[in-house]
Amino acid sequence: MTDELVKLSAAQMAAKIKSGEVSSRELVEAHLKVIEAAEPSIQAFLQVSADEARAQADAFDEKTAKGQTEGLPELAGVPIAIKDMIVTKGIVTTAASKILEGWVPPYDATVIEKLKAAGMPLLGKTNLDEFAQGSSTEHSAFGPTHNPWDTDRVPGGSGGGSASAVAAFEAPLALGTDTGGSIRQPGALTGTVGVKPTYGGVSRFGAIAMASSLDQIGPVSRTVLDSALLQEIIGGHDRRDSTSIPAPVRPMAAAAREGMKRDLKGMRIGLVKELGGEGFQPGVQARFNESVKLLEEMGAEIVEVSCPHFPYSLGAYYIIMPSEVSSNLARYDGMRYGLRVMPPADVPQTAANMMAYTREAGFGDEVKRRIILGTYALSAGYYDAWYGSAQKVRTLIIQDFNKAFEQADVLISPTSPSTAFKFGEKMDDPLAMYMNDIATIPANLAGTPAMSIPSGLSDDGLPAGIQFIAPQQRDEVMYKPAAALEAALNEQWGGPIWQSLKTPWLDGLNK
Amino acid sequence: MHLGDLARIALTDEEIARLQGELNVIADAINKVQEVAGDDVPPTANPVPLEAYLRPDVAEAPLTQEEAVSGAPVSESGMFVAPRILGEE
Amino acid sequence: MAEKLMKYADAVKQFDPVIGLETHVELSTNTKLFCPAHVEFGGDPNTQLTPVSLGLPGSLPVLNEAAVDYAIKLGLALHCEIAEWSQFSRKNYFYPDMPRNYQISQYDKPTNGNGYLDVELDDGTIFRVPIERAHIEDDAGKNTHVGGADGRIEGADHSLVDYNRAGVPLIEIVTKPIEGVGDRGPEIAGAYMRTLRDIVRALNISHARMEQGNMRADVNVSLRRNPTDPFGTRSETKNVNSFRGIEKTIQYEIRRQAAILNDGGEVLQETRHWDEASQTTAGGRVKSDADDYRYFPDPDLVMLHITKEHIERLAAQMPEMPRERRNRLQGEWGFSDLEMRDVVNADALDLIEATVASGASAAGAKKWWLGELSREANAKGVSLEELPVTPADVAEVEKLIADGKLNDKLAKQTVSGVLAGEGTPAEVVAKHGYQVVSDDGALVAAVEEAMAANPDVVEKLKAGNMKPMGAIIGAVMKATRGQADAKAVNKIVMERLHA
Repeated sequence: MTDELVKLSAAQMAAKIKSGEVSSRELVEAHLKVIEAAEPSIQAFLQVSADEARAQADAFDEKTAKGQTEGLPELAGVPIAIKDMIVTKGIVTTAASKILEGWVPPYDATVIEKLKAAGMPLLGKTNLDEFAQGSSTEHSAFGPTHNPWDTDRVPGGSGGGSASAVAAFEAPLALGTDTGGSIRQPGALTGTVGVKPTYGGVSRFGAIAMASSLDQIGPVSRTVLDSALLQEIIGGHDRRDSTSIPAPVRPMAAAAREGMKRDLKGMRIGLVKELGGEGFQPGVQARFNESVKLLEEMGAEIVEVSCPHFPYSLGAYYIIMPSEVSSNLARYDGMRYGLRVMPPADVPQTAANMMAYTREAGFGDEVKRRIILGTYALSAGYYDAWYGSAQKVRTLIIQDFNKAFEQADVLISPTSPSTAFKFGEKMDDPLAMYMNDIATIPANLAGTPAMSIPSGLSDDGLPAGIQFIAPQQRDEVMYKPAAALEAALNEQWGGPIWQSLKTPWLDGLNK
Repeated sequence: MHLGDLARIALTDEEIARLQGELNVIADAINKVQEVAGDDVPPTANPVPLEAYLRPDVAEAPLTQEEAVSGAPVSESGMFVAPRILGEE
Repeated sequence: MAEKLMKYADAVKQFDPVIGLETHVELSTNTKLFCPAHVEFGGDPNTQLTPVSLGLPGSLPVLNEAAVDYAIKLGLALHCEIAEWSQFSRKNYFYPDMPRNYQISQYDKPTNGNGYLDVELDDGTIFRVPIERAHIEDDAGKNTHVGGADGRIEGADHSLVDYNRAGVPLIEIVTKPIEGVGDRGPEIAGAYMRTLRDIVRALNISHARMEQGNMRADVNVSLRRNPTDPFGTRSETKNVNSFRGIEKTIQYEIRRQAAILNDGGEVLQETRHWDEASQTTAGGRVKSDADDYRYFPDPDLVMLHITKEHIERLAAQMPEMPRERRNRLQGEWGFSDLEMRDVVNADALDLIEATVASGASAAGAKKWWLGELSREANAKGVSLEELPVTPADVAEVEKLIADGKLNDKLAKQTVSGVLAGEGTPAEVVAKHGYQVVSDDGALVAAVEEAMAANPDVVEKLKAGNMKPMGAIIGAVMKATRGQADAKAVNKIVMERLHA
């Protein structure tokens, strides 16, 4: 029973709530059971908020009984997991950093307020690379998350916790944050769906800042429709975020449902020449090519587009991102919240030294690496050559996208060059780690929406992902072909990708 | 190291040596941006061009003092405690 | 160790001083620059905070409309060019009173640029001070140093931080180098600051009380041998918070730097502090790498777009500027230039205007504020405004005089009573039973008694020698405890003499 229930899509769970077959509380209990069984091997959660989830579910069920849930979003009552980069009132929020260990925020992020208003219980906070900096979740101060497809491998990052939780059926939905691919790359590596909305499409208020001009909160799910439904709930204008776009939410669920009809006639799909081929694992490229074929079979016109400045995006990203990181993370200084470490006795016990020793002890290697790089990039004499140049590259990448979208309605590429790698494999090679995001970074620099869905299993039996990119503020445009491809692939496989996933932690749950 | 001071991190010597090596790795990619950043290219700060929304000057409920200092490593009488501040800082 | 100083007169003879002023004006908006926390002076510590002004993780800034309007109004008053597009940047540095460890400030794209302010000097000369920019930024919190002497930073054991002030909007008005000041640098700076203060008050955008820190200035001074030479190395004296302090800082720095240069030394580029107790500036920190603020556009904020219509709307709301107002009031009050300057220098313009508005004559109002009350304020070392007497009180006293209910002596006693906190003039009068004895019965009796007691005086008066009249009046005053109206006494005596 539990087994079957948790394997449903969020939309299916919602339908069962609506029909009265299942309560929100039952869904919460089922997932808490899975969490209990799965966590020893997966370690997706930093904090399970069981009491809060139960209380929220009960409140929702009570409202349902009184007929007061009319007008709530379709996913009302379905539980969700939250990346621990998003602030939750009364629930410990750490960004997976020692420097914030034990911090209980006195306020909720806008997206959390929206989820609460929608009656969606919060199951807990998921693991990530410290301050969302990394591509494997190995940089979490509280230990790595394991990939449900092979627990010796990483789930990707930074949002490995949210992706693994959803892949392992610990949660039907999760929220992530995506700065350079932190939602999409883990999606690809765990066989799940991950969406980075248009920059400004979802409020960042309450999302702990990594790189403000790149960060975006987005959905993590097992199906395209679930992500569309979730994005409609969390999206929309927020006056507390100056970069929030003052426009209504796009019709994404309708586009996904339209896509499920698998008719893509009249749609032009652009293959980005610069994102693929060399450096991409053959199995990943093969699944991608097969997906392209399926899209074509559904009536889409496949065109090749060139974005000549994309090769510069990694460099621009590694200037802009650390620069903003260096400034955004300056507030963690041992004064107002989080860790304080006093200097050793032979060092003057001053405020400045307290801050320096707190930050030395509280931040991990990768975070320090980026803070130092960003401090350097912004320092006097380097600003124009580095930050200034990177902002210009950003303009060029936006122009590349604009030109590409004259030739194609939506762009596609493999999401990540490789499938999930083993723990430690890339820890000592920052550049190899950074290359994980080569295909996902351009969308962050340009603010365009992009999503990853599973394209199949690579030769190594591990999931690979395909990325769809749509024009700014037209997120629905990518949902249609993504849903169409998902439906076509499911038909080809005779079911969703997770039917190939071995889930020993679910065994015995039905007893 | 000067950067450690600017970033207020008491880096160890070993860390400094390691960081220098690691930063060189990304240096090539970073230096490449200057190849295409011509004078005729305008910079982009925010990917989605917006004008500032101006908030009406109306007060909303603040945090209580208790909430404000709830996360403080050290507090005293509703205030945050800082170790000795040197004038030169 | 006392620093070597040159005589001021010699210093300005040998060197050409160049001055720069960076003035921070705290805006009196209802809420903070980037969050809706209410701002109020003197609240309990850490009670005027939202997640934004406390710099909590995840919080984001949203710009306050009133702060922008205030900045534009000041820009218009300073004849600035108002930028159609301006931008906020982050100034990165660590300090315990900074919730985010960066200040949000306009850097290379300020809202107001390139203006000027004409200031009137003591002799009526108008001096034009060029304005480089007037930009918007947010303030930091406050540290209270504990364990050292007098709450000073030196020797303190630890500090207590209150972030209530963090995020309060400031406008920083930066002058271009003020050249050609000759020996009048301190006077020009003082006049500039007072004029700026008056403008800011007229615009009603700041309380502009220097003693509360609403207005404070960084004072830059450099010297060069000749006006055609490049600028010399400057010192920057931080956070001077009184007009006198600013004037004295400039004077001191000119004397100090002149002595150094005269000895063939070099002036250090450093920040200094004005020490009120010793009336000197003290050396602080030499500029260093720590001043690498790593400015970059704040990615949490977007460009501020100010349209022509927006500027026009605010321009239409601009109040009369202080100099125009002064000219108008001078005409209305019939004061001479000299009288008017005395009024302005005494900071009594607003008070006299309010007193006149409450019904007093301009001359009467001036007499009080520049006379008795100025002496009182000086004696107590406070400003006129801080005296516990209101323009309405003064007008009330004036009315009592005009109505013949108080004479000069009683009026002064009444004002003393008001200053002593005994209540309104009417209450003071009632409490002490002050009244001019003009009621004929009592007065006539007192006069007759006095005349009877001084027959020799009466004889002289009868003979036409009016000189001893004072003796009669004195006796009557004594008998009535000073409450007699001298004119009335005079009249009764004359009637009796000629009866």
